[in-house]
Amino acid sequence: MVCDVCKEADAVVQLTEIEGSGVRLLHLCERCAAERGVETTLASAKPDVSNFLQSVHQQMQATQGDAARCSFCSSTFRDFRTTGRLGCAHCYEAFEKSMRDLLRRVHGNSRHMGRRYEAPLSTELPDAGTVNELRDRLKRAVQTEQFELAADIRDRLRGLE
Amino acid sequence: MIDLSLLPDGGVGWLDASGESSDIVISTRVRLARNLEGYAFSGRARDGERLRVLAQVREAMSGIRALEEGVLLRVDELPPEDRLLLHERHLVSRELAGLDAQRPVRSGAAVHLTRGTSVMVNEEDHLRLQCLLSGFQVADAFSVVESLDAELGERVPYAYHEEFGFLTACPTNVGTGLRASVLIHLPGLVLTKEIAKVLAGLQQVGLTYRGLYGEGSEVVGNFFQISNQTTLGRSEGELLDYLVRVVTHVIEREEEARKVLLRDAGYIIEDKLWRAYGTLRYARSLSFDEVMSYLSSVRLAVGLKLITDLSVYTLNKLLIFSQSAHLVHAEGRQLTESEANIARARFVRGILAADTGSTR
Repeated sequence: MVCDVCKEADAVVQLTEIEGSGVRLLHLCERCAAERGVETTLASAKPDVSNFLQSVHQQMQATQGDAARCSFCSSTFRDFRTTGRLGCAHCYEAFEKSMRDLLRRVHGNSRHMGRRYEAPLSTELPDAGTVNELRDRLKRAVQTEQFELAADIRDRLRGLE
Repeated sequence: MIDLSLLPDGGVGWLDASGESSDIVISTRVRLARNLEGYAFSGRARDGERLRVLAQVREAMSGIRALEEGVLLRVDELPPEDRLLLHERHLVSRELAGLDAQRPVRSGAAVHLTRGTSVMVNEEDHLRLQCLLSGFQVADAFSVVESLDAELGERVPYAYHEEFGFLTACPTNVGTGLRASVLIHLPGLVLTKEIAKVLAGLQQVGLTYRGLYGEGSEVVGNFFQISNQTTLGRSEGELLDYLVRVVTHVIEREEEARKVLLRDAGYIIEDKLWRAYGTLRYARSLSFDEVMSYLSSVRLAVGLKLITDLSVYTLNKLLIFSQSAHLVHAEGRQLTESEANIARARFVRGILAADTGSTR
């Protein structure tokens, strides 16, 4: 069965939502479920957990709560521990302390010594895609009850529209 | 079916054995992992985000002269057998090709191929810039990706952090995003049972090894990929120098082991290698693992100059073109396992006969 929200991935969770007097049954994929704060047991059973992550699992829990969430992509620290992959570049700041500890353990160092980089000044004008993306982020922010962030995104959307 | 002959150099220039130490080192690969600012990483991004990453990268690449001759393939639009073909040819990673049932191909997955250089889009990271060259050519391969990286980085904004460097989906790639790997054939060290020590030594000095297809693949036919393990805390130059020094040492150890073998077990080794050659020349059914194992022996025999009428290029071709998807492609139809084994033996006989100018 396909997920009722994204219509892309297979549904793995059945969620009963109570809205007013009505009851709604939702079939969700892992990701959409995660976005609604529903944990799936499937996630923790994935076979591709990196060894290095397992080995530092214990120490990590002490430094960063699993529930910590990136405001850009809504990934949680738990998602990272499960998959071994971060959701976006902002996750490095969202989980900064844990990442620094992890990087020291993995690379023996957390400071980049290679080529320095400065991004080109953006010449791209906000297009429809950007608006859609902001709407998408706004939705996620509301779903995860990050209202301050939601207000911020709403203001940016108003500016664009 | 996809026509790879349309690619510049068929995507197999790296097989031509023109590089340094090419009887021992098959190829050198250097890649940089990069992500675009403003989007979730490929694994987390929505379909629409990945398609926009692809559009933005495509636009940026169109202005780069070094990529002018190249071809962009929408991997997400190819049937599974074509994606496997690209993977067997070492042109795309297993992840980009979506070959694992749990990780199907992503929308927006694409690869841009130019002579020896490829840009994978929407792999684990938005961009994987890589250069694959024949033999042991670490510095040359790096200079190709370095200049490509500089040009692309002026046209699209990369995700970069002052302290952590270039940001990647997996923290094992963060910092330089650099992975340099050398595909090396070490039968001498395996036969003299020195290999365990050498491999343990690699891990102690911050390098790692893998099988023929990189991460997660098994070692077959005595082919190892040696690469840097860490990507952060050292400059690109230091990481590469280190790899070159260690691999140079491994090559020397392999050469010594080969001498020892010939000296102490000359006729036993010679017999084993010629038998392997005989099997490849005359067998009527061969599994891929068998081919790999016999090819390893024949490659050693060519390196020791016991067999003189075969080129390393021929052996490299056999290594790639006798794989399943390549046979399916050559035969133009799906094959059962036994049909594939028969087709493989016929193909190997044909190539060896043509190269040595003798009958099948």
